[in-house]
Amino acid sequence: MKYIDSAQVEKKMGSRLLKNMFAKNIFLLATLIGLVVLVVLIYRVFADSIGWIDFNFLTNKLSTDPEKAGIMGAITGTLWLMLVVAPVTLFLGVGTAIYLEEYAKKGKLQSFIQTNISNLAGVPSIVFGLLGLTVFVRGISLGAIVLAGGLTMSLLVLPVVVVAAQEAIRAVPQYLREASYGMGATKWQTIKNVVLPAALPGILTGVILALSRAIGETAPLTVIGIPALLIPLPDGIFDKFTVMPLQIYYWTIDAALVAEYANLAAATIVILLLVLFLMNSIAIFIRNKFQQRF
Amino acid sequence: MAVITDFSKNQVGLKNQGKEGFENMTAKNLVFDTKDLNLWYGDDHALKNINLDIYENEVTAIIGPSGCGKSTFIKTLNRMVELIPVVRISGDILYRERNILDKSFKVEDLRTHVGMVFQKPNPFPKSIYDNIAYGPRIHGIKNKKILDEIVEKSLRGAAIWDEVKDRLNENAYGLSGGQQQRLCLARCLAIEPDVILMDEPTSALDPISTLKIEELVQELKKEYSIIIVTHNMQQAARISDKTAFFLNGEVVEYTDTNKIFSTPSDKRTEDYITGRFG
Repeated sequence: MKYIDSAQVEKKMGSRLLKNMFAKNIFLLATLIGLVVLVVLIYRVFADSIGWIDFNFLTNKLSTDPEKAGIMGAITGTLWLMLVVAPVTLFLGVGTAIYLEEYAKKGKLQSFIQTNISNLAGVPSIVFGLLGLTVFVRGISLGAIVLAGGLTMSLLVLPVVVVAAQEAIRAVPQYLREASYGMGATKWQTIKNVVLPAALPGILTGVILALSRAIGETAPLTVIGIPALLIPLPDGIFDKFTVMPLQIYYWTIDAALVAEYANLAAATIVILLLVLFLMNSIAIFIRNKFQQRF
Repeated sequence: MAVITDFSKNQVGLKNQGKEGFENMTAKNLVFDTKDLNLWYGDDHALKNINLDIYENEVTAIIGPSGCGKSTFIKTLNRMVELIPVVRISGDILYRERNILDKSFKVEDLRTHVGMVFQKPNPFPKSIYDNIAYGPRIHGIKNKKILDEIVEKSLRGAAIWDEVKDRLNENAYGLSGGQQQRLCLARCLAIEPDVILMDEPTSALDPISTLKIEELVQELKKEYSIIIVTHNMQQAARISDKTAFFLNGEVVEYTDTNKIFSTPSDKRTEDYITGRFG
């Protein structure tokens, strides 16, 4: 006697296939909901910004008059901020990763540091804002200047860079290190000539993705006290500044008073999205172009 | 320095271990002399009381089943084994009469004299030229003309110059496995070593590439002392002057190659080389 009765199988086949179809469509729906929301958002933003993005908008200073207002201040502020964040995260992030992967003895201390780095990556950005306020703005009395904002932002994205750089360094095969050591190279020579060149694409990808996160962050900067309305352009890392996402934030709030501010916010969002898109494209380009196969 | 040593006539009753076992010993210099060498990976006692004398301008083969400690042994000779954190070593390893386990002996210095070719070809993902120039560069040579000369000499020494001389700036990963391994050998020659350690250098290669490496070894022993770990007993028989048979971390027998393969004195050696285990 057979245990599987083909008549029964036949009978149930219809409902099985139906469930099969249903499952597929449920997951398709889940995917589409996210996509549709994104498309709607982008459509609204673009629709609101039409006619507002022009040369003057990009080059004018901030103004209370919507017709004259531009985001030159926010763009320069963002650029100065990145000029602080990029080198600081690159140095601290890669340095930490090299230490943890190449020098630190695998043990309790190393795994304790490792766990905490992973935890730091999950700390809400506003908490980093408080850290920046306590340490940089008030602690060493920098005030709400680019340097203070940049250092705060660096700490915020540091865990991401460390983890990305660690993964890139770990992916460098041990046999390449052995080849270098086998010829009498010191550890530093091996790291400098073999490990870092091989890990560089991964490291740069991580850094660029971290920078694009820093460009979009708002919360920590509001906490350290970036002003809502700042007309002069920052001239260096010791100047007061504002950035694009903050400008978006304040215009969105004030849209209740002046309706055109909503259009300005939308226009700024478009510029910000373009910058982020560009940065992600560079990250992907670097990854594909310099990726080595071992 | 090199003394003609014809081991083929050497079949008669010799003791099987230590230097008493060899004929014509007098004139050859020792390169390595291990004394009661013990090594542990954590609690695992991987090398037990190894006492081996290794002579210059000879090929010394290390044979034995997997896990017998033969790779560990040669990696101890250039202290590469220390890359594994849980390793403990006791005893002495004299290289040219200096103890390499001594704190004052810098590993960087040791590895400049004792080069290594690994099991799997491991060129750097750099150009052929930069692969060879790597060693000289880390030892401070910057002069382009000198580097050029070293690159050519090393590639010729590893019998790969003619195959790569027109594409020195191409990535080494474009070479075949056998070519990559000869490139690695050339890279090793570029640091002008005294001893070359080879850890199963042909196990990842096809028979023709293997033959080329074997021929090279014969050529290179005129200038270098070579210690080669091999799984392949025919290879040990073909290319080596002396053979050490390792089993469970101990040296069971160490004597002239043609003696060990014709009249091994230990039953376990005989069982191994006749294929009864391993």
